[in-house]
Amino acid sequence: MTVALSGKVVAEELSKAMPGAVVSSDEKCLLVDGASVREVGEWLKTSQYVFDYLANLTSVDYVDFFEVIYNLVSLRHNHSLTLKTRCYERENPSVPSMTPVWRGAELQEREVYDLMGISFEGHPNLKRILLWEGFAGHPLRRDYL
Amino acid sequence: MEEEVPGMEVEQAPAVYSSHGLNVAEGAEIERLRSTNVQPMPDPSEWLDEEDITKNILLSTVEKVVHWGRHYSTWPVNFGLACCAFEMISLAVSRFDISRFGMELLRASPRQADLMIVAGTVTWKMAPAVRRIYDQMPEPKWVLAMGVCAISGGTFRESYSVVPGVNHIVPVDVYVPGCPPRPEALMYGLMKIHEKVMSQRATDTLKVPLIGGPKSS
Repeated sequence: MTVALSGKVVAEELSKAMPGAVVSSDEKCLLVDGASVREVGEWLKTSQYVFDYLANLTSVDYVDFFEVIYNLVSLRHNHSLTLKTRCYERENPSVPSMTPVWRGAELQEREVYDLMGISFEGHPNLKRILLWEGFAGHPLRRDYL
Repeated sequence: MEEEVPGMEVEQAPAVYSSHGLNVAEGAEIERLRSTNVQPMPDPSEWLDEEDITKNILLSTVEKVVHWGRHYSTWPVNFGLACCAFEMISLAVSRFDISRFGMELLRASPRQADLMIVAGTVTWKMAPAVRRIYDQMPEPKWVLAMGVCAISGGTFRESYSVVPGVNHIVPVDVYVPGCPPRPEALMYGLMKIHEKVMSQRATDTLKVPLIGGPKSS
């Protein structure tokens, strides 16, 4: 069984390596600053935790802000972590792309871009994936329709 | 060691062997055939005579024969879009077995197919492909809308991405409701397609005008 790491434990180690990146943490997840999320991802991949696999990438619209959620798994150590970041911009929300770190993020970031309208800086091929070019709006936003 | 029980010896031949009287009757029958059937009988070969053609003619109409052949070999195009496809698959395999209708060949190419079973939800992103596959099928062709999603959009009717009924894209011959329909229901729909094939007329116009439309003169 994969062990879910405490966000607090990882946050302590992360704040030693990258001060200022952690916004908050609890037992279930680790919330980091949007500007430094890719560096945090690289650190999580290369540090002693070895999160070498991005199991899932999704997003939630909390009306006040968007949240992008990364479910990370280490196949070497068989543990997992939920990493989150927030984006308070509503008109043109933007988050750094995780595709350079985990290649599996590519299609899932396109899906989030398509349905939630969050653009990912540094994504190699950011365009709609499920809907067609010319579709108006982003259907998974709370204010759609 | 078993003791010998007196009285268990076999005294006469058991009943499984034929009796002497039966053997004599059989021999008499063989002798009778040998003595009477000396010459070979003539072959009943009148049907080979080409001049006697009246015995070899079956009267029907071309329409009837063609439609009979068509409706017993309606090949469906392999077109499963959602969960309805699994009911279609179970119709195709051994339990329900549409090969009884001569239609076990679910063709991967629309150019070899007569029937399109639209099995499942049609999204707007898929709609151009549905129309293209339909256009690639040779005439005559039939469309069966399977399940409420294909019929009307079903529970996704108000959705931003679902076509509210595949009849917005292609003309539909038979609708099979259900979510998903049982294979028996789909089989009933196929039999309705067969009825439609049999009732077609050679003078019927094409359902969809060819590209450019029919020439009016």
